[in-house]
Amino acid sequence: MATVKFEAQEIELTEGESVLECLERSGHPIPNSCRSGVCHSCLMRATAGELPPAAQKGLKDSHRAQGYFLSCCCYPDTDLSAVRVDADSMRIGARVLRKESLNERVLRVVLEANEPLDYFPGQFVNFARADGLVRSFSLASVPALDDGLEFHVALVPGGKMSGWLHHEAVPGDDLELMGPLGNCFYVPGNPEQPLFLLGTGTGLAPLYAIARDALHQGHTGAIHLFHGALVAADRYLVEALSALAQDHANFGYHPCVRDEAGADWVQGEVDAHALELVPNLKGWKVYLCGNPTLVRNVQRKAFLAGASMQDIYADAFLPAGG
Amino acid sequence: MSGLYDAIGGEPAVNAAVDIFYRHVLSDDRIAHFFDGVDMERQAQKQKAFLTMAFGGPHNYTGLDMRKGHAHLVKQGLNDSHFDAVVEHLSITLTELNVDQKHIDQVMAIAESTREDVLGRSTEPDAETANV
Repeated sequence: MATVKFEAQEIELTEGESVLECLERSGHPIPNSCRSGVCHSCLMRATAGELPPAAQKGLKDSHRAQGYFLSCCCYPDTDLSAVRVDADSMRIGARVLRKESLNERVLRVVLEANEPLDYFPGQFVNFARADGLVRSFSLASVPALDDGLEFHVALVPGGKMSGWLHHEAVPGDDLELMGPLGNCFYVPGNPEQPLFLLGTGTGLAPLYAIARDALHQGHTGAIHLFHGALVAADRYLVEALSALAQDHANFGYHPCVRDEAGADWVQGEVDAHALELVPNLKGWKVYLCGNPTLVRNVQRKAFLAGASMQDIYADAFLPAGG
Repeated sequence: MSGLYDAIGGEPAVNAAVDIFYRHVLSDDRIAHFFDGVDMERQAQKQKAFLTMAFGGPHNYTGLDMRKGHAHLVKQGLNDSHFDAVVEHLSITLTELNVDQKHIDQVMAIAESTREDVLGRSTEPDAETANV
């Protein structure tokens, strides 16, 4: 019989036993509820081995790509190494490589990790400073195109991590990274599917990564990136995104500024403009990042505009508590 | 019970139905406000569990779950007219998916059986133990 490797133990599966049952039998309680593949509370991640398709039924393709599976429906034929999802975060050392201002409020921070970080562009990592302060930031870089790990850090009034990064951190300073986490990234395999990317503020960071990753991987379908700002000065990476649009006929960059009129952008709410331009999202893959209220609203609007639930990736930037 | 689930098409049918059903529900002004501010992904998982149950598939729902899960909505005024609207969308969804009327009727009967619990009106004080 196949074995399950879990927390330094190797447990042999008995006839007809699921991974969940096997771990419970050996004294490892795994959160679970419906035990029929519906509620997803027994989600785990495989780090080695082959997953039977039934163990990943109903999961998003980005989760599948990362080896997530439902332990209650997992009856492996061969050996499998599995980890808990909540404990599944590695911590690696990193140091500040450079800092660069993108606009008055947003800083580009490039880090160098002590060991290669295996990530999908658009995922996020947690920064942990030596004193225990932890904050999440999205990866704006693409491993195949960039050497460092790029993040866009908005200066938050009273924000401890953003204040430190903006005002005090200097190249060479140490940080620890946890992750990567999140499922907001480009999944190859469907190069013709049109992509709808919408974000506000530094929600642009993951979208910038996803757009560049998709283009780099030869995506041929339309890619529309909508970036919402309150005032014109809140926009950033305008030149880089305009250049990307120049170089790729299938990429469109649509900056929207709510409170100012101008020739280089559309004035108004970013979601209203985006859904006016693309009123029917049937068959589209949708990525939404940034302000949580906006993300939630547009998630529903995109669904009602025809996008399938499986094709909507929402990354709400929740404010840190305390 | 599983005869019905298999006849409708099992899990692929549930997956096909979730998007259609949820889109109908969210487009209906009579009931859409009950979904304001909810996490759509988690909600879709719940819809899937509900449809699995209504299709006669494997589930662990109890009357108590139904009551707990809807208690906050009953406080907001959830009543028979809203329940009727949801059931109506379920029927329309199944018709769109070309499910036989005979099977639609069976699904409707299962959905109907949850009415008293969803609306927090247990006819029998110990009804919650009936599913155990």
